[in-house]
Amino acid sequence: MNIFFHFGQYYILMKRAFGKPEKRAIYRDRIFEEMNSLGIGSLGIVAIISVFMGAVITIQTAFNFESPLIPQYAVGVAVRDSMILEFSPAIVSLILAGKIGSSIASEIGTMRVTEQIDALEIMGINSAGYLILPKIIASVLFNPILIIFSMFLGILGGYVFGLMSGVITDFDYILGITYEFRPFNVIYALIKTAVFAFIIASVPAYHGYYTKGGALEVGKSSTKGVVYTSVLILTFDLILTQVLLV
Amino acid sequence: MIIGESGSGKTTLLKCMVGLNEVDGGEVLFDGRNFYELDFKGKKEIRKEIGMLFQGGALFDSKTVEENVVFPLSMFTDLTESEKRDRANFCLQRVNLPDANKLYPSELSGGMKKRVAIARAIAVQPKYLFCDEPNSGLDPKTSIVIDNLIKEITDEYGITTIVITHDMNSVIEIGDNIMFIYKGDNWWQGSKAEILKTDNQEVCDFVYATKFMKDLKSKF
Repeated sequence: MNIFFHFGQYYILMKRAFGKPEKRAIYRDRIFEEMNSLGIGSLGIVAIISVFMGAVITIQTAFNFESPLIPQYAVGVAVRDSMILEFSPAIVSLILAGKIGSSIASEIGTMRVTEQIDALEIMGINSAGYLILPKIIASVLFNPILIIFSMFLGILGGYVFGLMSGVITDFDYILGITYEFRPFNVIYALIKTAVFAFIIASVPAYHGYYTKGGALEVGKSSTKGVVYTSVLILTFDLILTQVLLV
Repeated sequence: MIIGESGSGKTTLLKCMVGLNEVDGGEVLFDGRNFYELDFKGKKEIRKEIGMLFQGGALFDSKTVEENVVFPLSMFTDLTESEKRDRANFCLQRVNLPDANKLYPSELSGGMKKRVAIARAIAVQPKYLFCDEPNSGLDPKTSIVIDNLIKEITDEYGITTIVITHDMNSVIEIGDNIMFIYKGDNWWQGSKAEILKTDNQEVCDFVYATKFMKDLKSKF
């Protein structure tokens, strides 16, 4: 029954969050602020992870494709498809769930326990809308940009480290990443990313918003937010893959 | 003023009055308007008439002092940026914090936070001011400053102010009508003069709990 309670409470919170804004201009400014803190602030970690993921996939794939029956360019195909279909949208989203999710849950949770959310309510402001909606919009708009950036850097990382380690030639890698490229794969990845971005912003916000107690509970909310977000990302990854690719 | 022991239900009552807690029954009337019978829009209108001073100040950590005071003006008025800043500066001067505009809440002392919270509450010229234990965590001298500020603002702006406290010094300093809450009930109600003379046992146990108050009683 607990799951139904949380689902109902989450639904009510989202309904409130998507309510009519008090002042559109202020919400618009908040969206840009959130894009800056949640999106631009994540560029560094996304870049590092993507480059190393691409490099490792290239070297591991080359190591496993030692059969003379498999052409060398298959390494490039594997790197491209792994990055576009799964690693960039899902793994980077899981990492963002940890980084952004904990930040959102602890920020809103702290605001709850220090009565800042009550202060917003007393002023007649829809606190859910003011605090949560800009984070959701910023994530849904900016995460796809992060994921495209990740795909590009992952494939580039594979190229650089593949050549440096000598597991693949320049010609084979370029041939591989351009071989039978399906643009729909990128659209599929962006659809997944948008859904994950909504989860990354809304689930930790839910846990933060309903924090009760003090600093210890803020920490617990943050952990819960990240764990539930990660589980939901993996669940929706499976569902969306089934629906969009099969 | 609403007074009572810790855990007697003072803050719960206050939260019910301002609509932060759901109520099982009863009425909360703002000049005849029953808060809990109003629709969302009606409740929102009443909330715009309310200023509240929270126990910890409840200032927005990510905003400077000036931004905290400007915030309600930005949300609910069509004032220009310079008009909003002028109003914020006026309110901050009123609470004797003319040079704190650019500071963040983490850089303020407890008393300064309370004063900024008062400035934020009066920025939109509320009709009703609710104060939840305005003296908690403050030294006696700063407590008097905050008490006097609340009293002055109440008189100056003609606001109805409800203060929750368990500090008898505040009651004596600024109390007008006093309600004593005991185990969640409205146990006793009267004026400042009456509370010092009452023979209600629970009220006397609370009012004369300190040596200072006992000494004061012996002088009467």
